[in-house]
Amino acid sequence: MFTESLARTIFGRLTLESFPVHEPILLVTFAVVVVLGVGILALVTKYKLWGFLWTEWFTTVDHKKIGIMYMILGIIMLLRGFADAVMMRLQQAMAFGGNEGYLNAHHYDQIFSAHGTIMIFFVAIPLVVGIINYVMPLQIGARDVAFPFLNNLSFWLTAAGAILVMISLFVGEFSRGGWLNYVPVTNIENSPDTGPDYYLWALQIAGIGTTLSAVNMVTTIIKMRAPGMTMMKMPVFCWTALCSNVLVIAIFPVLTAAFALLMLDRYLGFNFFTNDLGGNPMMYWNLVWIWGHPEVYVLILPIFGIYSEITSTFTGKRLFGYSSMVYATVVITILSYLVWLHHFFTMGSGASVNSFFGIATMVISIPTGAKIFNWLFTMYRGQIRFELPMMWVVAFMITFVVGGMTGVLLAVPPADFVLHNSLFLVAHFHNVIIGGVVFGLFAGMDYWFPKAFGFRLDRFWGKVTFWGWVIGYWVAWTPIYIVGLMGTTRRVRHFDDPNLQIWFVIAAIGAVIILIGILAFVIQIAVSIKNREKLRDTTGDPWDGRTLEWSTSSPPPNYNFAFTPQVHDLDAWYDMKDRGAERPVKGYVPIHMPRNTGAGVILSALATVLGFAMVWYMWWLAALSAVALLIYSIWHTFDYNRDYHIPAEEVAAQEDARTKLLAAGA
Amino acid sequence: MRATSTPLKKWRRLPAAALLAAATLLSSCNNEVLNPAGDIALQQRDIIYISTALMLLIIVPVIVLIVVFAWRYRKGNGATYDPHFDHSTSLELVIWSAPLLIIICLGALTWWSTHLLDPFRPVNRIAAGKPVDPNVKPLTVQVVSLDWKWLFIYPEQGVATVNELALPVNRPVRFDLTSTNMMNTFYAPTLAGMIYTMPGMRSTLHAVLNRPGTFEGLSANYSGAGFSDMRFKLYGVDDAGFDNWVGRVKASGPALDTAQFLELEKPTEKVPAMYFGGVDKTLFARVFQRCVRPGTPCGTGMHGSHGSVPQTAKPDGALFKQPTEKGAGESLTPPPGAQPSPAPHSHQER
Repeated sequence: MFTESLARTIFGRLTLESFPVHEPILLVTFAVVVVLGVGILALVTKYKLWGFLWTEWFTTVDHKKIGIMYMILGIIMLLRGFADAVMMRLQQAMAFGGNEGYLNAHHYDQIFSAHGTIMIFFVAIPLVVGIINYVMPLQIGARDVAFPFLNNLSFWLTAAGAILVMISLFVGEFSRGGWLNYVPVTNIENSPDTGPDYYLWALQIAGIGTTLSAVNMVTTIIKMRAPGMTMMKMPVFCWTALCSNVLVIAIFPVLTAAFALLMLDRYLGFNFFTNDLGGNPMMYWNLVWIWGHPEVYVLILPIFGIYSEITSTFTGKRLFGYSSMVYATVVITILSYLVWLHHFFTMGSGASVNSFFGIATMVISIPTGAKIFNWLFTMYRGQIRFELPMMWVVAFMITFVVGGMTGVLLAVPPADFVLHNSLFLVAHFHNVIIGGVVFGLFAGMDYWFPKAFGFRLDRFWGKVTFWGWVIGYWVAWTPIYIVGLMGTTRRVRHFDDPNLQIWFVIAAIGAVIILIGILAFVIQIAVSIKNREKLRDTTGDPWDGRTLEWSTSSPPPNYNFAFTPQVHDLDAWYDMKDRGAERPVKGYVPIHMPRNTGAGVILSALATVLGFAMVWYMWWLAALSAVALLIYSIWHTFDYNRDYHIPAEEVAAQEDARTKLLAAGA
Repeated sequence: MRATSTPLKKWRRLPAAALLAAATLLSSCNNEVLNPAGDIALQQRDIIYISTALMLLIIVPVIVLIVVFAWRYRKGNGATYDPHFDHSTSLELVIWSAPLLIIICLGALTWWSTHLLDPFRPVNRIAAGKPVDPNVKPLTVQVVSLDWKWLFIYPEQGVATVNELALPVNRPVRFDLTSTNMMNTFYAPTLAGMIYTMPGMRSTLHAVLNRPGTFEGLSANYSGAGFSDMRFKLYGVDDAGFDNWVGRVKASGPALDTAQFLELEKPTEKVPAMYFGGVDKTLFARVFQRCVRPGTPCGTGMHGSHGSVPQTAKPDGALFKQPTEKGAGESLTPPPGAQPSPAPHSHQER
C-alpha cells in the first residue's frame, strides 16, 4: 500500500498499463519510429553534426533558418496527420453492415481527433508561419524580424506542442473529443483519461508560440519596412501576412482562455462547462468558434498573398487591382469576427440571429470573389509561364471557387439545417483547405525554394506531386460531397446502408492518389538535392521576380541585404531592374546582428516537461518545471550579450563572391 | 456539315447526360435528403437547389474564364501582352458588384427562408397548398438523447419508446428535445433538418411527415463511443395505424418510472427498440431541469440558481484526488481485449 502510494505520488497516474503494448498498430509504429529515430541520431553522431545543429540551427535567431525549421516541422507532422487520414479512409471503406472494420470506437475517435488537431495546429499553422517568417522580412527589405529571440522561442514552443501530441501516441491516449476538444465529451466525468489533457497542454504551449510569433510579425511589418515602402507600396503577401497576424493576436487569447477554463474544470473542479452546477457547455462552443472561424482566415489570407505574388511574377504583369486586393483583405479580416455562429445554426439561436450570421458569412464571399477576379484579370493580357507555382495557382482557382460555393450554400441556415455535421460539410472544408491552403503552400514552396537553397526543385517530380494532389483531391472528395447530400454524417465509424460503400471505396482510392502526391514531394526534394548542381541558380532571381527578396543572393547572406534597399514603387525589384539600378559593390559598413541563444530550446523543453507532468498528475515535477521556467525566463532577461557586428571586411568578402558569381553567369 | 453534326451533338449532350446520371444516382437508393417525405425537409431541399442555381450564375462563368485566360494568355501563344494593364475602374466596379448582386438575392432568400423554416415556428401547412386545419392540435413528442440511444416520450398517449419513432402522416408534430449528458443532434433526414439536444436545455422542432413508410433517424453530432450506432427507425403511418401502434406499445412493456429511467440512462451501445407502456408525465421536465435523481432539487433548467447545491455529481478536480484514485481513468469504450469498465458512472455516486 505504501509503495503504491509512493509510486502514485512520483509517477502520478502513469503506470505500466499506460503504454499500449497490446496494440499491434501502435507497436509497429513505435518500432518504426524508434528505428528511424535511432538511425537519424546515429548518423548525426557519426558525422559529428550535433555541434553544428546546435549552433547553426537550434539556437539560431535568423528568421530564414527559423522559417525553414517551421517548414520541416510542418512537413513531418503532415506525414503523421495524413497517416491518420489514410486509416480513417480505410476504416470507412470497409466498415459496412456486419463488418465493424479494424478500428474500434476507442481508436477511431482518437484518430479523427488527432487528424484535425495535427493538420490545423501542427501542419497548416507551422507551414504558413514558416513561409511568412522566411519571406516577409526579405520582401520588406529588413535584416531580421523585430524580436529575433522571440521568434526562436515561438518556433520551439510550437515544436513542444507537437512533441506532446506525438508522445500521446505511445504513452497514454489522445483526446476523443474531436479537433476542438468539445465538451461535454471532454468533461472530466466523461473523459477522465489523459486524452483531453494532452490536447489542452499541447495546444496551450503551441498557442503561446503562435501568439508571440504574431506579435513579432506585426511589429516587424509596421516598424521595419525599408525606406520608401509606404503601406500601399508593400507587397500583397506582406499585407496578407499583416492581416493574418493581427487576427492571430485578436483570437488566440480567446482560445487560450477557453482552454484555461476547461483546464480549471478538469484540474480544480470548476464548473464553467459542466452540465450541472451552472456550467454551460454551449459557452465553450461559442468561445472556440470565436477563435475557430477567424482561424480559417489566418491560414488562407497569407496563402492568397502567395497566389498574388506568383500570379504577378509568372504573368509578367503588375497585380491587377492592387488596392482593391488590399481592401478586400482588410474587409475579410474584419468580417471574419462576425460569423462564428454559423458553425452551430442548429443549436436553435432563433431565426433573426441565424439570418444575421448567415448573411454576414455570405458577405465575405464578395471580397473573396473580388480577389478571384483580380487574379483572373492579372492573367488577362499577360504572358503566362506555366512553371510549377503557376500550375498550382490555376488548379487552386478552379478548385477553390467550388469550395467557396458550397461554403456559401452552408451559410444559408435552412440549407445548413440539412447539411450541418454532414460529410458535405467535411468535403467543403477539405475543399477550401486542400484546394486553398495546401495547394498554396506547395506553390509557395516551389516558388521560394530556390531563394532559400540556391537551386530549383525538380520539375518532373514537382509535376507528379501536382497531379497527385489535384487528381487525388477530386477523386477523394467528390464522393464525400455526394454521400453528404445523401444524408451521411461525419465522425461515423461504420455504416448500415451498403449502397454507400462504393463512394467510400472511391474516396479511399483518392486518398491513395494524394499519398502518391505526398511521396512524390519527398522524392522531389531528394532528387533536387542530388541534382542541385544542375538545378543551381546563381542569379538569385530565377523566375524574373518583382519583389525585394529576389534582389539578394540565393540563399541570402545572414544579414539579407548589404545595404538597406530604397523603395520607390510597388514591385520594388521590378522597378529597380526597369530603371537599370546598379548593385553597389563597395563602401560596405559593419552590420549589427542579433546573437544566437539556446534559451528558446531550454524554455520549450521545460514547457514540454511541465505539460507532460500535468497530463500525468506528477504534481512535484510540474511544480519543479514551472519554477524552473520562471527562474530561467528571469535569468535570461539579464543576458546582455545579445548582439554583435559583422565586420565590413566579412560583408565585403561575401558580396565580392556574389559579384564574381553574377559576372560569371552573365 | 450533316456528317459532323452527329458526333458534335453527342458531345453537346454529354454534360446533360452526366448531370442526369448524377441526379438519378443521387435521388435513387431512397435518398432521404433530396427526395424527402416531410414538407419541411422538402422546402429545405428547395432552398439548397435555389441557392446553388443562384451561385452557379457566377461560378460557371468564372471557371470558364479561368480556363480560357490560362490557355489564351500562355507564353508563346502570341496573344496581346500588356504588362501595364493593372487597373480599370469600370472593371473593378463589375468585379465588386457582380458578387454583391448575387449575395443581395441570396441574402433576401436567407432572411425569408430562415424565418419561415425556423424550427421553433409551428408549421402552417401540411404541404404546398394544404394549410393546417386550425382544429388539429399538433402531436407532441418529447425527445431525450441518452448515451447512446434515443428516448421518445408521447405525453398525450402516455407511452415511451427507445430508438423507435412513429408519426401519423399529415399531422403536424412538435418535438421538445433535451439530453441527459452529451450533446447530440436529432436528425431524421426525411422529416426535417437537424437540431441539437443539449443537457440542461430544451430545444424545439416543428415538422410534418407526408408519406407513410420506414425511414432512418440518427444523431449527427459526435457524442462519444456509441455514437455511430445511435440510430432510430422512423415509421410514417396513417391515423389508424398510429392508434394501433400506440396500443401495441401500451400493451407490451413496463412503465418508465424514475428507477427505470436511471437504469436506462447508463451508457449502452447498439440498443434495440424498446417499448414502455406507461411513462411518468413529469419525466421530460425533470430531465432538462436535471433533477431526475431523487433528492435533487429542480431548478429552472441549467441557469437555475437555487440556494442548495444538488447532492450528486460534484466532480472533483484532479488536484484533489487521493494518490490511490489517480488511475488512468476508465474509458467509456474499452480498448480491444480489455474487460469492459464496470459501471461507467460509478465515480459519480461516490
